[in-house]
Amino acid sequence: MEVTNLTKKRIEELIARNKRLDGRSLLEFRKIFVEKGVTKKAEGSARVRIGNTEVIAGVKLNLTEPFQDTPDEGALAVNVEFFPIGSEKFEPGPPSVEAVELARIIDRIIRESHFINLKKLCIKKGELVWMVFIDVYPINDDGNLIDASIIASIAALKDAVFPAREEDKVKYGELTKQRLPLNDSVIGLTLYKLGQKFIFDPTTIEEEISQARITVGMSYRKKEFIHAIQKGGETPLSEEEIKEAIKIIIKKGKEILNKINL
Amino acid sequence: MKRPDGRSNEEFRTVEARVDVVSRADGSALFAFGNSKAIVSVYGPRQLYPQHLQNPERCLLRCYYDLASFSVPERKRPGPTRRSIEISYVMTKALEPAIKLEAFPNSVIDVYALIIDSDASTRCAAINAASLALANAGVPMKELVSAVSVGKLGNELVVDLTKEEEDFKVIKEGEEQKTTDIPIAFLSRSKKISLLQLDGKISAEELFKAIELGKKACLKISKIQERTLKKIKNIKK
Repeated sequence: MEVTNLTKKRIEELIARNKRLDGRSLLEFRKIFVEKGVTKKAEGSARVRIGNTEVIAGVKLNLTEPFQDTPDEGALAVNVEFFPIGSEKFEPGPPSVEAVELARIIDRIIRESHFINLKKLCIKKGELVWMVFIDVYPINDDGNLIDASIIASIAALKDAVFPAREEDKVKYGELTKQRLPLNDSVIGLTLYKLGQKFIFDPTTIEEEISQARITVGMSYRKKEFIHAIQKGGETPLSEEEIKEAIKIIIKKGKEILNKINL
Repeated sequence: MKRPDGRSNEEFRTVEARVDVVSRADGSALFAFGNSKAIVSVYGPRQLYPQHLQNPERCLLRCYYDLASFSVPERKRPGPTRRSIEISYVMTKALEPAIKLEAFPNSVIDVYALIIDSDASTRCAAINAASLALANAGVPMKELVSAVSVGKLGNELVVDLTKEEEDFKVIKEGEEQKTTDIPIAFLSRSKKISLLQLDGKISAEELFKAIELGKKACLKISKIQERTLKKIKNIKK
């Protein structure tokens, strides 16, 4: 759906007055629903809805040889598939730049925050480890796919259990009760700049007219740490804006983690 | 703290910066941080095809970043990877704000960055080279783009990481701590940030210090870029 310039102007004017078309405040998220265990065949899965935006993430595990440089660690691979059901902008074919970027943002947040204890995925050093695949499918894009995808990936990992194993073969379809070795309290959120204001959780139209975004992946354990950042969008940001954005995101991350109980 | 190559924390490696290194291109440059060496060619502004990609309001900027297959310890298969696709994308976003794209409707500027030797911080070298190559091509620019990586090694913040420093691990509080890598690009006049990425583990206060450190280094780099450009005798186009 093409957004008219009139609508864009209206939204910009509203945001300049700290208001939004759907009545939310600038830093308010739409309602977030997290539902785990939404598919049978996946070892872990989750559906996340933020307003009308919907994303499904699935976790599959297989056994493989470890990478040469990490002989005692399991492996992680994140893929985002912009399958053409979710938006008129998605096209069939190899992953778009946006899909690759998003997959790599999720990968960095999970990997750098040590959300999965990869060392515990080692079965025999140098020979056999578990490999964790996270595949994310946006089902409906009504803005803020980045945050929905990050949350869905984390929820799917929390839902996952190991499949049964016989020597170096996975017995697919037969699940154990053992959960993945995960840490807690990791999340990633994105703040968008629209006009002179920052907003969270944009709708498609808001996202389209925003000039810049910044995604931050964080952990809240004994202390708060930042593990991944990606600045995106057309316009650059000043140092002050970046500092402000990061502070806002860290605060919101904690709030959302407490609220949605992944 | 002493760094493996004896540099101070605020010091970047020896920079090599040259323009006009590819005569066939409309503009070109080489930029190296020590052994991380990028060659960039700029083609354009030129008519954009297929026609449906044309934008009557502005010029399209396309960046392609890739590592030469021999530039890394184990041969890299030629062709794009997920990593190079992402870097190409963030590089485009880092450069776009500096260029007067509205001056060339329906056109495209292609920026090709090839890393011929890699020792970390290659995306920053590529951005610095691209900024030079664009100016060398006579593309109207509002300002230069300068990039550097800032790293957190143990408790120290350092500028311009080498691969050795990037792979450096310390054991802290019984936990293996890897280097935090933060590539940053600054615009030389508006002093705004057009690229910011991070992976690792860092607190907000330390991150703000790292940005400060990166800014200082970027300002020095932009001076080097300016000096390099002043040496050009004939601007093309």
